[in-house]
Amino acid sequence: MNLEKVVFGFFIILALTLNFGFFIGEFDNPDHHNVYELFAVIVVNLIATVLKFGDRTQMGALLLASSLVADLQLLAAAVVWGYAQHVSGTGLDSMVMGSIVSLAGGAMLANIVSVVLLIIETVNLRR
Amino acid sequence: MDRIIFLFLRRMRAPLLVLIAAYTIAVLGLVLIPGVDAEGRPWHMGFFHAFYVISYTATTIGFGEVPHAFTDAQRMWTIVSIYLSVIAWLYAIGKILTLLQEPAFKRAVIEQAFARSIRRLREPFYIICGYGDTGSLLVRALAQRNIRAVVIDRNPDRIDDLELEDMGMYVPGLCADASVSAYLTLAGLLSRHCRGIVALTDDDDANLKIAITSKLLHRELPVICRAETRDVQDNMASFGTDHIINPFDTFGDRLGLALHSPGTHLLYEWLTSVPNMPLSEPLYPPHGKWVLCGYGRFGKAVHESLVGEGVEAVIVEADPQRTGCADRCIIGRGTEAITLQAAGIEEAVGIVAGTDNDANNLSIVMTAAELNPKLFMVARQNRHDNDAIFKAARLNLVMHRSEIIAEDILAQLTTPLLPVFLQQARQQNNAWANEVISRISAVTGEVVPEVWTLTLDAQQAPALWQTLAMHDVHLGEILRDPRDRDYPLSCIPLLLLRGKDPRLMPGEDVVLRSGDRLLFCGRSGVAERMSRVMYNGNVLRYVLSGEERPDGWIWRVMKSAE
Repeated sequence: MNLEKVVFGFFIILALTLNFGFFIGEFDNPDHHNVYELFAVIVVNLIATVLKFGDRTQMGALLLASSLVADLQLLAAAVVWGYAQHVSGTGLDSMVMGSIVSLAGGAMLANIVSVVLLIIETVNLRR
Repeated sequence: MDRIIFLFLRRMRAPLLVLIAAYTIAVLGLVLIPGVDAEGRPWHMGFFHAFYVISYTATTIGFGEVPHAFTDAQRMWTIVSIYLSVIAWLYAIGKILTLLQEPAFKRAVIEQAFARSIRRLREPFYIICGYGDTGSLLVRALAQRNIRAVVIDRNPDRIDDLELEDMGMYVPGLCADASVSAYLTLAGLLSRHCRGIVALTDDDDANLKIAITSKLLHRELPVICRAETRDVQDNMASFGTDHIINPFDTFGDRLGLALHSPGTHLLYEWLTSVPNMPLSEPLYPPHGKWVLCGYGRFGKAVHESLVGEGVEAVIVEADPQRTGCADRCIIGRGTEAITLQAAGIEEAVGIVAGTDNDANNLSIVMTAAELNPKLFMVARQNRHDNDAIFKAARLNLVMHRSEIIAEDILAQLTTPLLPVFLQQARQQNNAWANEVISRISAVTGEVVPEVWTLTLDAQQAPALWQTLAMHDVHLGEILRDPRDRDYPLSCIPLLLLRGKDPRLMPGEDVVLRSGDRLLFCGRSGVAERMSRVMYNGNVLRYVLSGEERPDGWIWRVMKSAE
C-alpha cells in the first residue's frame, strides 16, 4: 500500500462525494444547497487538481483535464453566488440558485469522469 | 516546452497545497467567527467578504476592516491568518525563485529556446561544432556571406562570446558536448534545411564521433572534419567523411607548393582569401639550406614537403627522443644564437619556426634575422590573439592554423567547385599559373576577386536553361554586360564541370549544355549582374542577340500576329 495513492484517491473521491452532496436537493431551492458545502467542494477540488500536477502519462493528463473542468465550473458557481448576493442585489432567487446548482452539476460530471479514470487505472494494475 | 511545464508543476505541488490550505483555514475562520455590524447587531461574514479580506491580507496589501469594524475575536483570528497566509506566500514565492535558479531548470529553458530557434530556421544552415579560433573565424565569414550557422561548443565562455559578438545575423549557440548525438539532433542535424556539418573541436576523438553520428543519422549530409593525426584522418575517411582537413599537412603542402611553383601558390592564395581585401604579394621562397625549428606535427609536415622539393632541411629540436629525430638533429630550442649557429644559420636561406609556443617562435625568427638578415622567415602562429605581434614581426609567411582551416572549409562550403579547380591547377606548370594570375589581375585590379559557382539548371539559371533547350549558346555570349552588351562582364570562367569531366579555363567558344557547372572569379558585383542575365529571359535575349523586345502577353500576341 502506498500512502501517496491513498491521499490521491481520497481527495478525488471526496471531491465527487462533496460535489454530489451539494448538488442533491430541490434544484432551485436555496435552503437545500449549503454555502459551506460549496466552499468545501471548491477547496477539495483545488487540492485534487494540484495533486494531479506533473504526471506526464496520458491518464495523468486526462485526470488533470477533468479536474480543471470541475474547478472552472465550481469557481463559476461561486462567482455567480457572490454576484447575486453582494453585487446585483437580487439575492438567491430560484433562477440564480438554478444556475449555481447546474454549474455544480457539470462539475460533478467531470468529477465522475475523474473517479472512473481512477478506477480504470487501478483495475489495469495487475499487482 | 512540455518538459519545463511539467517540471514546474511537479515542483509547485507542495507550495500550492500549502497555499490552498492556508487560504481555506483563514477564510473558513473568518466566516465562522461572529461579528457585529454598525448598529451592533450580530452578523456573520460571507465567503465573498472573507475571501476578499484574506486576499489582501495574505498579499500584505491590507485595506483594513471591511465591511464593518471587526470584533476582538475576529481580530485575533486575523492575526492568525496573517501569519499563516503570509508565510505560505513567502514559501511559495521562495520555491518559485529557487526553481528558476536551478541549473537543471535553466538548462531545460535554454535548450528549449535553442531548439525553438532551430525549428524556426527556414533557410539553409550549417552546424559548426567547436567555437574556438577556427570556429569563430568560420562563423564570421559565413555570416558575412549571409549564410546561417548554428554553433555547439562545450565551453560556456565561448558561447557567451558568441552571444556578445555582432555578426549581423542571429547565430544560435548551445553550450553542450557536440559528440553527444542528442545535442546534434537538437542543433538541427535531421532538419531538411541543414546543409552540412563541420567538426572543429580541439579533440580528434570528438570530431570522429561527430562525423560518425552525422553519417549514421543523416547519410547525405556533407561532413567536414578537422583531424590532427594521420590515423584519425584515415579512420574518418573510412566511413565516407566528405572532407578532412589536417592543418599541418595543408600548410606543409602549401609551403612545398610555394617552393616549387610560386605562381600556383599565389593562385591558391588569391582564390581562397576573403574577397575585396588587398591582393597578397607573390612569394618566392629561395632554394638552398633551410633551418627547421621544432619537429612536432607541424615540423614533420613541413620537413616532408621541403625534402620532397629536394631542399636540404636542418632540424633543431629540444626534445629529440619524443619527436623521433634523435639521430639527425641539433638539440636546442632555437631561441638562442648558439643553437642556430650550430645549425648553420649563416649560410641558410630560410628558417621555419614551428614550435607550439608563439613567444618562442617569434624569438627564434628575431634571433635568426639578427644572425642572417637575408633569411626567408616562416613562423607558425598558434593563437589568434597574437595577430598584432606576428604582423609587426614582418615575416614572409605566417602559418596560422585557424585561418588555414577556416579558409579551406569556407571554400568547401561556399564554392564547392573551387577545390576541384585548385586540384586541377596543381597539375599545370608554373607558366600556366602565371598566365592565369595575369588574367585575373587584369580583371579585378588590386583586390581579391570574388569566386562563385553557377549551375545551369532550372533553379539557378532558369532563363538560360530554357534557351539551351532551343538552341546552342556559347560561353562567350553570356559573359556580356546586361547594361550594354558591347562591354564584357569583368569575370573569368575558371572551370567547367560537365558530369565528372572538368575543363580548366574554358574558352569563349565552348558550347554550354544544361547541367553544366561553372566556376567564375571576378570583380565584386559581377555575380549579381550575371544572375540577372540567368534569371530574366528578356535580359538574356538582349545579351545574346541585342534584341530588346517588349514582353507581355498582349505584345507577344501582337508580335506573332505580325
